[in-house]
Amino acid sequence: MTYLILIYEFFKTGLFAIGGGLATLPFLRDMTFHHPWFSMEELLNMIAVSESTPGPIGINMATYAGFKAAGAFGGVLATLSIITPSIAIIVIIASAMERFKDSVLIQRGFYLLRAATAGLIAGAVFEVILVSLFNMESFAPRWPAVILFAVLVFLIKRFPKVHPIAFIVASGVLGVLLKL
Amino acid sequence: MTIYWDLLSTFFKMGLFTFGGGYAMLPLLQREVVEKKKWATEAELMDYYAIGQSTPGIIAVNTASFVGYFQGGLLGAIAATIGLVLPSIMIILVVASVLHQLTDFAWLDHAFAGIRVAVSALVSFSVYKLGKAGIADTFGLVWALLTFAAIAFLKLSPIWIVAVSFVLGNVLRRREGDRAS
Repeated sequence: MTYLILIYEFFKTGLFAIGGGLATLPFLRDMTFHHPWFSMEELLNMIAVSESTPGPIGINMATYAGFKAAGAFGGVLATLSIITPSIAIIVIIASAMERFKDSVLIQRGFYLLRAATAGLIAGAVFEVILVSLFNMESFAPRWPAVILFAVLVFLIKRFPKVHPIAFIVASGVLGVLLKL
Repeated sequence: MTIYWDLLSTFFKMGLFTFGGGYAMLPLLQREVVEKKKWATEAELMDYYAIGQSTPGIIAVNTASFVGYFQGGLLGAIAATIGLVLPSIMIILVVASVLHQLTDFAWLDHAFAGIRVAVSALVSFSVYKLGKAGIADTFGLVWALLTFAAIAFLKLSPIWIVAVSFVLGNVLRRREGDRAS
């Protein structure tokens, strides 16, 4: 029975959570009120772990919450349940796009939409840049991080062939060495 | 190699190296999907992101489903999405089951501080590339700056921005008689 409730809860979350990584949070918080799966405090730990392990935050949180609720199989079930609405909705939209891609309406719409996407992503990453480069209490720049950022931007532009994963791994190692 | 296996393994790699929200996947998408596999153009990727942000579901999952669908239909969408979430499932299950013995590792915090700087730099450059590919004229640039401010400072929901952009684009282009395109 727990499995069925789990499927229902995460399917619902996948269907109604719109937006970035933490958009699923209100739904998970709601689960702490209605199910004995995890407490509010455990939920905060889950966020910390999900943010610092590989993978999209929303997916990590779903796996973690499912695991807390019903073990490893629960983790798999919760994850599959949260992605099912996405796949269905996107497949419907994508097949409509395929059919109407030559329509003027769509083409005119994408003219500003593409500009807006650049702005949207820049806005989303703005906060991450602030947190990574500044001390959020005193707003003092964290100079080693600022310098690393500047060097990385230069290297990424100068050597476009280097894989992004290489920069991520190297910066992780540098973070440990420089005690960032 | 079938397209399904190709989608699964490519998105598996992206899931394994995405740290943070959906935007953190962008540099990897540009490298793997646009440059290496040529499954989408830079502009198409932007469309997927815009729609993925304003439809239900986790953005990274929506984007994976989009790319997968255009390569291999429904099965392609499923293959790409499963590939994307597999690393999460494996890693989180391991972490969650050993967590009670995990104490604080200071070096891990330092490593993630470094990774966050790399993700910031990579995504900044990705946004620059997207902007170059997706901004058609001066008004487009102004619009990108306005949407940036709306998200970063006013914390407006992306859904409204996407809806208004779509409608306004139609109004403007219609008045111009599509001469710019």
